[in-house]
Amino acid sequence: MPLDHENVIYLDNNATTRVAPEVVETMLPYLSNYYGNPSSMHNFGGQVGAALKDARASVAELIGAAPEEIVFTSCGTESDSTAILSALCTFPEKRHIVTTRVEHPAVKSLCENLDTLTGRKHRITWLPVESDGTLDLEQFRQSLTEDTAIVSVMWANNETGVIFPVEEMAQIAHDHGVLFHTDAVQAVGKVPINLKETAIDFLSLSGHKLHAPKGIGVLYVKKGTPYVPFLNGGHQENGRRGGTENVASIIGLGKACQMAAANMEEENTRVKALRDKLEKGLLENIPKALLNGHKDKRLPNTANISFEYVEGEAILLHMNQLNICASSGSACTSGSLEPSHVLRAMGVPFTAAHGSIRFSLSVYNTEQEVDFVIEKMPSIIANLRALSPFWEEE
Amino acid sequence: MWDYTDKVQEHFINPKNVGEIKNASGVGNVGSLACGDALKLTIQVDENDIITDAKFKTFGCASAIASSSVLTEMLIGKHIDEAKHITNDDIASALGGLPKEKMHCSVMGREALEAAIADFTGTILPMAQGEVICECFGVTDLEIIRAIEENNLRSVEEITNFTKAGGGCGKCEDRLRNLLDDTVAKSSDVPKAQEKKKRMTTLQKIKKIEEVLEREIRPTLKKDGGSIELIDVDGDFVIVSLRGSCSGCHSSQTTLKEYVEKKLREQVLDTLIVEEEK
Repeated sequence: MPLDHENVIYLDNNATTRVAPEVVETMLPYLSNYYGNPSSMHNFGGQVGAALKDARASVAELIGAAPEEIVFTSCGTESDSTAILSALCTFPEKRHIVTTRVEHPAVKSLCENLDTLTGRKHRITWLPVESDGTLDLEQFRQSLTEDTAIVSVMWANNETGVIFPVEEMAQIAHDHGVLFHTDAVQAVGKVPINLKETAIDFLSLSGHKLHAPKGIGVLYVKKGTPYVPFLNGGHQENGRRGGTENVASIIGLGKACQMAAANMEEENTRVKALRDKLEKGLLENIPKALLNGHKDKRLPNTANISFEYVEGEAILLHMNQLNICASSGSACTSGSLEPSHVLRAMGVPFTAAHGSIRFSLSVYNTEQEVDFVIEKMPSIIANLRALSPFWEEE
Repeated sequence: MWDYTDKVQEHFINPKNVGEIKNASGVGNVGSLACGDALKLTIQVDENDIITDAKFKTFGCASAIASSSVLTEMLIGKHIDEAKHITNDDIASALGGLPKEKMHCSVMGREALEAAIADFTGTILPMAQGEVICECFGVTDLEIIRAIEENNLRSVEEITNFTKAGGGCGKCEDRLRNLLDDTVAKSSDVPKAQEKKKRMTTLQKIKKIEEVLEREIRPTLKKDGGSIELIDVDGDFVIVSLRGSCSGCHSSQTTLKEYVEKKLREQVLDTLIVEEEK
């Protein structure tokens, strides 16, 4: 039998979130009755266009943008690629990009493959992070040159939840005449964002990280920022992204953004309290458990904890036996053999990097669930350590 | 989600023979914390060279733990000479198979066994004497060559799946490819009876290449819904165009190099280089 959501303890909300039932409800009519194309001349299609307009306004409101600054895309990755490639097309003579060593693969892998994609040589500055996952702003300032086309720095890290001072960094970039993009996929809906008051040029967000469905993303493009489309085609999105709109998902995302705006306080108080309780419970009850990332400059829902001398995949599979869902930075969960590039960039030693577990909560988690996890984790770790050849040497 | 067999899951959830034998007859230590998996195998051997007990301690993922556990079960009761012949494939088979990315876990089991036996017999492990090719995971050329030969590996990716070599920084990729080419060439060392091919005119080459294409290559490609056209021959360069389902196929480069080029070199001229029309 497939596992129903009611039977699992879902602590993997940085991977994806439950689609809110209210979101599903607003979407359903657009998957059945109202199937018209919003670009059509007739009222049947046109009425869908009106619903899209409302959704666009809701998204804009959540991030303090104007509706015309919102471009709907298919996912966060598309938004990231669009922003970075747009800047490179705008300034073909500029061949330098500044980013960090802890970006999501959507940005990391794009930067690594730019030369092949564009047929031109680029220079990438990978800003290092401190051991708590934070950035050195002075180093950032010094990395900017006349040759820099764009800066791309995530708002919050998906593995550790560490938040970067992107508003300040965008201002620094602007003072140097450089465009600024932020992958805010993990931040939107969890921390207040007011783009009107920032120098941020591009911001990526993804629907499924805030209780909308998968397959819908947004690229915010600041009014006046030079822009070159990634997908060329019809006149949709004001000519900024060709392709017929993913109508139902856009409408779902609009609803999710309304709910996120309303839930922000709960996210920052109740969810944070649950996260803190979980974190404290695990760190106090399990020896040699370490928190990865800055304790305070962090998303309210994320706790990344390393359990030394055991391997992450093995921990996850034992948790899976109890229907507890989480993620690991362990190499064995990714198919690669190197543990998380984020934890390695932070200098987390191998003893701990292989045994890291990311717990990421949402408004749907309860205190009973957190208590259950705190109760079960110590024996999972102890049992695996009993197998480990390194444990008793401690 | 890894696709583990019930047997892997069973050995992972309830591992057998966990621990360490005090004053063991043989101890095998392989892997390290940095590598992400490590295994300490201890065996007890009686005066008749029968393994009476085996225990393990493993740091690693589910398949590393399961491989170690099933290995101890396989060992107990076996004569040392018999145990010597256990291969990584035997370990993987005993588990009902492992995902290909996890084959290195079975290799680790085999290497720990060899180390434990070498410790018992007081011999030096031949594998450790090779030259380290993969610095990240400390894998030697001897280990890689053996994995290629025993498991019929045909790509660098497969080498990584089996030995972990090349899975870190990736700097040794070229050396792995060379090792692979050399080893494969040696193993398919059919006696080179045919006399060295004489110089051929371009016209002769085209004629012979067309013959081989028609007789052997096209019928094979046709089975997969593909075909091949000869576009040009320029010195040793044979320019072809893949058609049908071959065009745009992810493995078309492999088909071209591993199959078409190989056949043409065997039957026409061993210096030919096959390339796809740009």
